[in-house]
Amino acid sequence: MWQKLYTWLDERLGLGDMYANLLDRPEPKGNWWNTLGSASLFLFILQGATGIFLTVYYTPSPDHAYDSITYIMNDVAFGWLIRGIHHWGASLMVLVVFIHMVRVFVTASYKYPRELTWLIGVGLLLLTLGMGFTGYLLPWHQMAYWATTVGTQIAGSVPFLGEFILKALRGGPDLSALTLQRFFSAHIWMLPALLAGLIGVHLYLIIRHGESHFPDEED
Amino acid sequence: MSGSHLSRRDFMKAATGAVGGVITAALGIPVIGFLIAPALREDKAGAPIAVGKLEDIPVGKFHPFSFTITKVNGWERTASNYGGFILRNSEAPDDILILSSRCTHLSCTVNWNESANAFLCPCHDAKFGPEGQVLDGPPPEPLGHFEYSVDDQGVLTIVPVELKSEA
Ligand code: HEM
Ligand code: FES
Repeated sequence: MWQKLYTWLDERLGLGDMYANLLDRPEPKGNWWNTLGSASLFLFILQGATGIFLTVYYTPSPDHAYDSITYIMNDVAFGWLIRGIHHWGASLMVLVVFIHMVRVFVTASYKYPRELTWLIGVGLLLLTLGMGFTGYLLPWHQMAYWATTVGTQIAGSVPFLGEFILKALRGGPDLSALTLQRFFSAHIWMLPALLAGLIGVHLYLIIRHGESHFPDEED
Repeated sequence: MSGSHLSRRDFMKAATGAVGGVITAALGIPVIGFLIAPALREDKAGAPIAVGKLEDIPVGKFHPFSFTITKVNGWERTASNYGGFILRNSEAPDDILILSSRCTHLSCTVNWNESANAFLCPCHDAKFGPEGQVLDGPPPEPLGHFEYSVDDQGVLTIVPVELKSEA
């Protein structure tokens, strides 16, 4: 029965080929530093899952954002856990992605033919920082409010375009309901979509090129 | 798995499966609790509500009344409107029928229609008689009713919990 179901699916989806190409690759000879990319992927999925659950209760409105988070923390079963994972996972993800990049730099793995993998990685780091920046505003408490005031003000110090950038980020000259709403939209839709897409390309390139040679005495 | 010898590969497969199972349970239980938490909260019955003075309520006629119950749902207070009809059968203060106006089909609000001598529901054409009994249409049971009491000042008070009526 299961065998038949599997054969049916395999004929159409090519599950066997997928397994061979994605998972049944030669055992990596690298070292533990090379697991940080997978750790970043895991954290992205974890943030995605916990984030989706947070949206069941979180409300991106100045009147209710903070109250809805208090509700998650105090009244929803395991709310403290889901939010806690998302909150600490966010910092951990920035850290892990950053160390992953440092490892690639130190082992000089960004060289031909992996320059594109590196460039896309830079995009992934920036997007992860963007997730942290937009997510930080969402609780709409004093700390979030002033952090975003300062952050958008810094972006506003760009010569010539500064004023426009500041207004585009805030959705107007001041921090308002518009700011909270557009940060929320960026945080749950736009940035995750970009991240997921770029992660896909990143992983494709990694499978295509295989693991880079670990530098030894001769290098 | 071949014979008594467990190959490295099979061991890894089994171990991966076991660890995966534990992680799934460790994540699954909190997540389900998180999602259904509001459904597990108990709905407390509200305090009795005064709906009028007997002297203001005519005898032998359906007198509409309404009340609002405010509840805390999550981070907001939600006000819901309820209503019904008071029928004083005679001057006696304990000869009163208080029906709910919530249709027992799918909760639309019924209205008393004098010429039909019935409560009519605008949603799916239900018809209830003066005692709340179903005369026509899809409702599975009669209109609900409220318990009441009258104090010495003649104030009529109801318990704001809709009770099922006998068919
Ligand atoms: C990709 C990595 C992600 C990072 C680095 C990240 C980062 C953050 C940060 C720093 C906060 C503020 C936490 C706090 O101060 O409590 C936050 C909150 C939030 N995030 Fe994310 N996030 C990510 C993915 C997602 C995704 C995919 C979703 C939804 C689809 C999501 C939904 C939310 C929501 C609803 C909040 C508000 C609740 C709260 O502040 O606790 N996040 N996020
Ligand atoms: S709700 Fe009244 S008839 Fe359907």
